Amino acid sequence: MSAQFASTLEVGTSLKNHTGSWRTERPVYVDRLPPCNNACPAGENTQGWLYQAEEGNYRAAWEEIMENNPFPAIMGRACYHPCESSCNRASLDSAVNIHAVERFLGDRAIEMKWSAKTPASKSGKRVLVVGAGPSGLSAAYHLARFGHDVTIVEAGPAIGGMMRFGIPAYRLPRNVIDAEVKRILDLGVKVRLNEKVEDIPAMMGSEGFDACFVAIGAHLAKRVNIPAPDAGRILDAIGLLRDLESEVPTAPQIGRRVIVYGGGNTALDVARSVKRLGQEAIIVYRRTREKMPAHDFEVQEALEEGVQFHWLRTVTHMTGESITVEKMALDKDGYPQPTGEFETIEGDALVLAVGQNVDTHVLDSIPGVEHDKDGVVKVNPSMMTGHPGVFAGGDMVPSERTITVAIGHGKKAARNIDAYLRGTEYVPSPKHALATAERLNTWYYSDADKQVQPMLDDLRRRNTFDEVVGGLDESNALFEARRCMSCGNCFECDNCFGVCPDNAVIKLGPGNRFQFNYDYCKGCGVCAAECPCGAIEMVAEEI
Amino acid sequence: MLKQIEGSRAVAEGVALCRPQVICAYPITPQTHIVEELGALVKTGELHGCEFINVESEFAALSVAIGASAAGARAYTATSSQGLLYMTEAVYNASGMGLPIVMTLGNRAIGAPINIWNDHSDAMAIRDAGWIMLFAETNQEAIDLHIQAFRLAEELSTPVMVCVDGFILTHAYEQVEMPSQKEVDHFLPPFEPAQILDPNKPITLGALVGPEAFAEVRYLAHRKQLTAMERIPALAHEFAMNFARDSGGLFHPYKTEKAKTIIVAMGSVCGTIKDVADDMREAGHSVGVIALTTFRPFPFAQLRDALKGATKIIVIEKSLTAGMGGPLAAEIKLALGKSKQTLYSVIAGLGGRPITKDSIRGIVERVAHDELPDTTFLDLNWDVVNEAVGGAHTQLIEKHTNHKPKS
Amino acid sequence: MQEGTQRVKFYQTGTLTVGNRLLDVELRTVQATTDRSNAITSGHRACQGCGEALGARYALDAAMRASNGNMIAVNATGCLEVFSTPYPETSWTLPWLHSLFGNAAAVASGVAAALRTQGRHDIRVVAQGGDGGTTDIGFACLSGMFERNDDVLYICYDNQGYMNTGVQRSSATPPTARTATTPAIGGEPGNIFGTGKDVPRIAMAHEIPYVATASVADLHDLEAKVTKAMSMHGARYIHVFVPCPLGWGAPTNSTIRVARLASESALFPLFEAEHGEVIASSPIRKQVPVEDYLKTQNRFAHLFKPERDEERIAVLQQMADRNIKRYDLLREEVKA
Repeated sequence: MSAQFASTLEVGTSLKNHTGSWRTERPVYVDRLPPCNNACPAGENTQGWLYQAEEGNYRAAWEEIMENNPFPAIMGRACYHPCESSCNRASLDSAVNIHAVERFLGDRAIEMKWSAKTPASKSGKRVLVVGAGPSGLSAAYHLARFGHDVTIVEAGPAIGGMMRFGIPAYRLPRNVIDAEVKRILDLGVKVRLNEKVEDIPAMMGSEGFDACFVAIGAHLAKRVNIPAPDAGRILDAIGLLRDLESEVPTAPQIGRRVIVYGGGNTALDVARSVKRLGQEAIIVYRRTREKMPAHDFEVQEALEEGVQFHWLRTVTHMTGESITVEKMALDKDGYPQPTGEFETIEGDALVLAVGQNVDTHVLDSIPGVEHDKDGVVKVNPSMMTGHPGVFAGGDMVPSERTITVAIGHGKKAARNIDAYLRGTEYVPSPKHALATAERLNTWYYSDADKQVQPMLDDLRRRNTFDEVVGGLDESNALFEARRCMSCGNCFECDNCFGVCPDNAVIKLGPGNRFQFNYDYCKGCGVCAAECPCGAIEMVAEEI
Repeated sequence: MLKQIEGSRAVAEGVALCRPQVICAYPITPQTHIVEELGALVKTGELHGCEFINVESEFAALSVAIGASAAGARAYTATSSQGLLYMTEAVYNASGMGLPIVMTLGNRAIGAPINIWNDHSDAMAIRDAGWIMLFAETNQEAIDLHIQAFRLAEELSTPVMVCVDGFILTHAYEQVEMPSQKEVDHFLPPFEPAQILDPNKPITLGALVGPEAFAEVRYLAHRKQLTAMERIPALAHEFAMNFARDSGGLFHPYKTEKAKTIIVAMGSVCGTIKDVADDMREAGHSVGVIALTTFRPFPFAQLRDALKGATKIIVIEKSLTAGMGGPLAAEIKLALGKSKQTLYSVIAGLGGRPITKDSIRGIVERVAHDELPDTTFLDLNWDVVNEAVGGAHTQLIEKHTNHKPKS
Repeated sequence: MQEGTQRVKFYQTGTLTVGNRLLDVELRTVQATTDRSNAITSGHRACQGCGEALGARYALDAAMRASNGNMIAVNATGCLEVFSTPYPETSWTLPWLHSLFGNAAAVASGVAAALRTQGRHDIRVVAQGGDGGTTDIGFACLSGMFERNDDVLYICYDNQGYMNTGVQRSSATPPTARTATTPAIGGEPGNIFGTGKDVPRIAMAHEIPYVATASVADLHDLEAKVTKAMSMHGARYIHVFVPCPLGWGAPTNSTIRVARLASESALFPLFEAEHGEVIASSPIRKQVPVEDYLKTQNRFAHLFKPERDEERIAVLQQMADRNIKRYDLLREEVKA
């Protein structure tokens, strides 16, 4: 006897029944632009390197950073990490401590003496880079990796630009700069220091450069007219910070109480630096703490270190041992308005930290190059000035003036210069739609508090230039990397594979993600709803 | 081995010889002694390799048997009356899935009113359930039918019900020949299921079947019964060869050759009827008896053949389909087809009412004188009926009777 | 607690996702593996987003792993049976038997007995049914299987009603829920308060070795419970919460979210009991008021429109609060 007809069946035979025909909507896997990547001025694939880091693949993570930015250790310290300000994890608990992980990776690279990838072949083209600041170095790094021969000419005595002269050592130790710069020079980039370029087209012609990238920064301090009996006691912030970059930082001979006028990060850098040199530092700013352009953590750290603040004050004039300030009040639009009330603050010197202009001297002679009254040079979307073959970037072009922006300019310029040299056009790959917080299913991210970096003790912070913020150790860095939610991009959590009531998701194995089996997918949408990172979209079927 | 034992014990020992592997039971009179005895045999180890499960209901009892059978075990249970009805859903299910379960039905009336004594109402209630249904005439046959039942069930992958009259057989002490284990083992090989739940070769058992295949499923169930019609006599013959006695088969004809009147009945009452037939033959009546063993499948052609010499056929049965009459008689009528033979349906022994030789004799005599209507309720107390209905029943009966007796 | 089933803390996605490339393979769920058995495979005719189809695969795949594939499943009549086995196709890939609506536990007892008597101790038996087949029509057989302590794991997929027949009330239908037989009309709209039965607790009263509740919203927990149950012998019961989008009036993509809210609101507490005593419960991670759960389903719509039924919502909240107290659901997780 055989088995009972019809009521006994061969197993698994329902595979013949293609329930995909029920579907009115189909799920599709998408990739979205993570907000951290979107926010990074240097165009780092932040989520991409965190993805590697969270597996403990530190080398791969570091190399991913190096694709876009040759300064991971510097970035991890000096970047103001807009990635973290936009991090979706902030809506859950707190943003991922991205910069701390980047710093960990950068420091590990230095420690392990990892080197940058060298170009596959040489192009035979030569590029002149004017200025050895972050933008110029970034451009040189990328150009060298494209196979071009790069020479940097720098007017100053050292490499690093604002990384060295604008950021105090307690925030960015000099050996870190040296190590990351060396890696670029190891690619064969040549540097000529203490050489001021006067005529770029002439130099290009005489030395046979095929293109030029100008990134000389903005280091002419803006002045405000403050009546004072002794103009020598009014200093500019950038000059002061540069003076500190001697072998042994010494206090400028400007008295015991230093008043810093301004509310930006440079003002904080000056105040915190002079504090370390044993002087009293007083910051005067015309608006409130909340309105200060400086990052709040800097303000907080400055307060901890004993820097005094006078908010809602403008400096009207300076007398012998004090300055006179006028009290301000914010109007309904948040702008400071004079109140007619005055007070004096004792002080021996006044440091102006109210911004910088570009020294346009070198560009004035180049035909076709235009700039505005502050010296900001006009460039087209390819970073090229009005003069063919001459590109510009960094603080001297219209943008936010941070080293990360400058580094981003360097990369962007390098890509365009490369295309220019090859006679093509650089077309950036199209950006995905933004991975917004509401597309996430944050249930699946378990509670994980941000890992806090160690801080130098107060005493040492008040009188040394030792680095204030410590790094994460490996376990902390790994933990922090794993707090990344991988917004908008599949991180192979297997949820879709698991939650499909119809087994209609095919797992392709590590690194290969998943695909839908539309033969059986009924289009219920559970996969999309339960995807933690919003990497599945439901699309209407054409019926 | 000859034994003088109670019918229930005889059945139990017979079943035990069949080496059942799972027995589940829920107590109901008059089946209780069978399962009590089997429980004891398992507990003492005399019946080894068998799980005896005390379940919470007859529905569970047959359900456990269904699971056990599907998992490849020789499964057995026993019930009666209300218990059978309580498991009815599972009764149909077991046959629908082709599970070779053997079940003893200690026949008993069905309430209300509740009544614990013998008749065949319970068996008749599930006569359409797709089981093979065998009726034992004696305790010896009860033993023998169980041995044949397992063989039949497993050969055909279908459940078999052995009907044993409650009390009359189950509680009666009779001398029986209990076969040896060796003899039974020889006749009944180990169970080799046609379909089994096995992780090494998984199947789905008990699928949902829609209009596109349901008729075929039912036809195949019918066909299986027709196959059984051929296997049952063959097995009875083989049994006779092995055990040297006639048991089972489709029916037992008794002095039917050239008999003008043949009485058809099922179960223990056949013994009484045969006695009456013997007596009446001596008195000059040409009377034979057919003891019907196999009620499902129903041997229409074989019965027609066996009955063809008779002019009058009396069906004495212990059940009533209210509003229709005797279900067995109805089926015999169907077997007779367009024949001119006269069929008398006698409803007797309901709820344990004794069927006496005198009463049977009376029936035969009245048939001989053509005094019997086509449906008769044996030994009905008309006083009671009249009191209940106010004496208005007679005209009603006559109005709905085809055959009008002379008086 | 067994290796491989314990909860692990994992910072990025915790143990809450199905898998995670960062987890050790043995700590991932069965569902994360490509070699899961797919006990119920594609092509079944369950509605879109069916919680029961999902729950059944979750549970049986875990049981299949625990038994090394040596398993037989018995199924009660109901949605799960109907949508998986219409002739001539079956979605089951393991030996599977359907007998009747009310006898799955007894049939499973029979299968277990048959295996025992045949010496096949390696093969395990799982019975499964919906809430109707378990808490109502199959209840006697279930209780019988429990009290005999038969070696069967019975899994109830609770979608709180008779969905196969068109969404009628069962003894697992919660108060106020609208079903086809408890319409949202009259003075006491929907299912009435003071009815229904708590079968996991009734199961506990049998003092069987293991009783647990689980949910399709917590796969790790569900698999751990099935695995644990499979490591034990005797009668075991797991009651799995499986939302029915169609019957509950919820979007097809909300199945897991609804289940999650049921547990996070404490209306469906997750716990384990051994031999009649509660031994563990899953604390609420992010507590929500019951209305967050109720609002996801049209069967409770009458509690919110035309106006909020404060009184009934409050009583439902009291039920949740009682669960919180009974199973200590708001305790601080003990830090590992």
